[in-house]
Amino acid sequence: MNATATNTVVFEILRQDTTDSTPYWEKFELEYRPNMNVISGLMEIRRNPVNTDGKHTTPVNWDMNCLEEVCGACSMVINGRPRQSCTALVDKLEQPIRLEPMKTFPVVRDLIVDRTRMFDSLKKVKAWVPIDGSYDLGDGPRMPERKRQWAYELSKCMTCGVCLEACPNVNTGSDFMGPAPLSQVRLMNAHPTGAMNRDERLNAIMGDGGLANCGNSQNCVVACPKGIPLTTSIAALNRDTSVQMFKNFFGSDHMVD
Amino acid sequence: MSVYFEVMRGVTVLSKDNEFYLRRLHSLLGIIPIGLFVAQHLVINHFATQGPEAFNKASHFMESLPFVLFLEWFVIYIPLMFHAFYGVYISFTAKSNTQRYGTFRNWMFLLQRVTGVILVVFIAWHIFETRFQKAIGADEVNFDMMADILANPLMFVFYVVGVVSATFHLANGIWSFLVSWGITQSPRSQRISTYVTMGIFLALTVIGVRALLAFV
Repeated sequence: MNATATNTVVFEILRQDTTDSTPYWEKFELEYRPNMNVISGLMEIRRNPVNTDGKHTTPVNWDMNCLEEVCGACSMVINGRPRQSCTALVDKLEQPIRLEPMKTFPVVRDLIVDRTRMFDSLKKVKAWVPIDGSYDLGDGPRMPERKRQWAYELSKCMTCGVCLEACPNVNTGSDFMGPAPLSQVRLMNAHPTGAMNRDERLNAIMGDGGLANCGNSQNCVVACPKGIPLTTSIAALNRDTSVQMFKNFFGSDHMVD
Repeated sequence: MSVYFEVMRGVTVLSKDNEFYLRRLHSLLGIIPIGLFVAQHLVINHFATQGPEAFNKASHFMESLPFVLFLEWFVIYIPLMFHAFYGVYISFTAKSNTQRYGTFRNWMFLLQRVTGVILVVFIAWHIFETRFQKAIGADEVNFDMMADILANPLMFVFYVVGVVSATFHLANGIWSFLVSWGITQSPRSQRISTYVTMGIFLALTVIGVRALLAFV
């Protein structure tokens, strides 16, 4: 069904009132406006929260921030696929438009999920470049411009959680941290200053819930809204950890170089 | 008390902290020795296409290898049991989503787990029916034994499913071995290894199924 022909837009939303209450579907029909996206639809529902039964209901809760697919906050499952709702244009979606939270994460309310586990993983793998010291450490080593351009692609990750939602090995029965934090290890290890701690990051992803949990379904690279080469990152880290494993076992003078 | 410590040590080795090493071991054992053994087994079976005498001669040669019990336990049973039981654990921690992402690799991911579980059942039955019967002195492993088993159409279908599952699981396992150890990294290298491993799948399937057909 084409939205423009009917002049209305139908949303079916999987709602959940509290963190542990039972989810239920609720349907809304809105007047079509040109260039609508899912967020403008949700805003319209918030303004006038009446479902298709004519019943006044609570406004639907969702998360958002930048509205230009850079922050990752508005990620949800739209017509069965996890993606950002800000760039989900109504004209390009099949109706009814079905919205669900990314249930890989704990649901806070309606479409809001708690992505804390991703930020915990980034801490666990030390996804930063440590430069703090008790005195000025001066300039670090320079990064070749072409390498910087390549690394920039990896730096586009916005921790949106879509790759975790797409991954069959990230679920309640597994501790797998998912592709996003792994790719950040590759990014930080590629940085000339960050590389000074590369063995620490590799050892972190060789622990519980780390790299080895990847089963190569390669959904992440299909799902990533930023086009990050996640599966290439994972394979590259597989090589790095293969070498690190032998260094750890036999000992090495080349832990960081 | 010492038994308690031994058990606890066993549990510790299998803990989540050692997941990386267990997964790497699982990946390695699938190729060496299990993959090599499967390929060898299928090639020996292929002697059946040259008649009962050729098959019996080849299987007798394998049986009369020196240190055969040692070889069986350390090249086959122990690595196979680890690969099987840890593999079942891996299979059941996945939550497959081929409806959401119907891509080639996502289907391969699912099929690798499905064939793995089929193989645990098939291989357990296959060993019980052949090697175990010989071990308890109930039967001889030879051409007639296989011909008797495969004369039953249901068993024949079961064996075809088992052999095709094994050749697929091995071929696709080589693909993921190459990724898991970081040998193939770029999308192009992974695509080429897909073609090569699917070639291995076809070749081993022809060898395996031809041997089965020779018994009926």
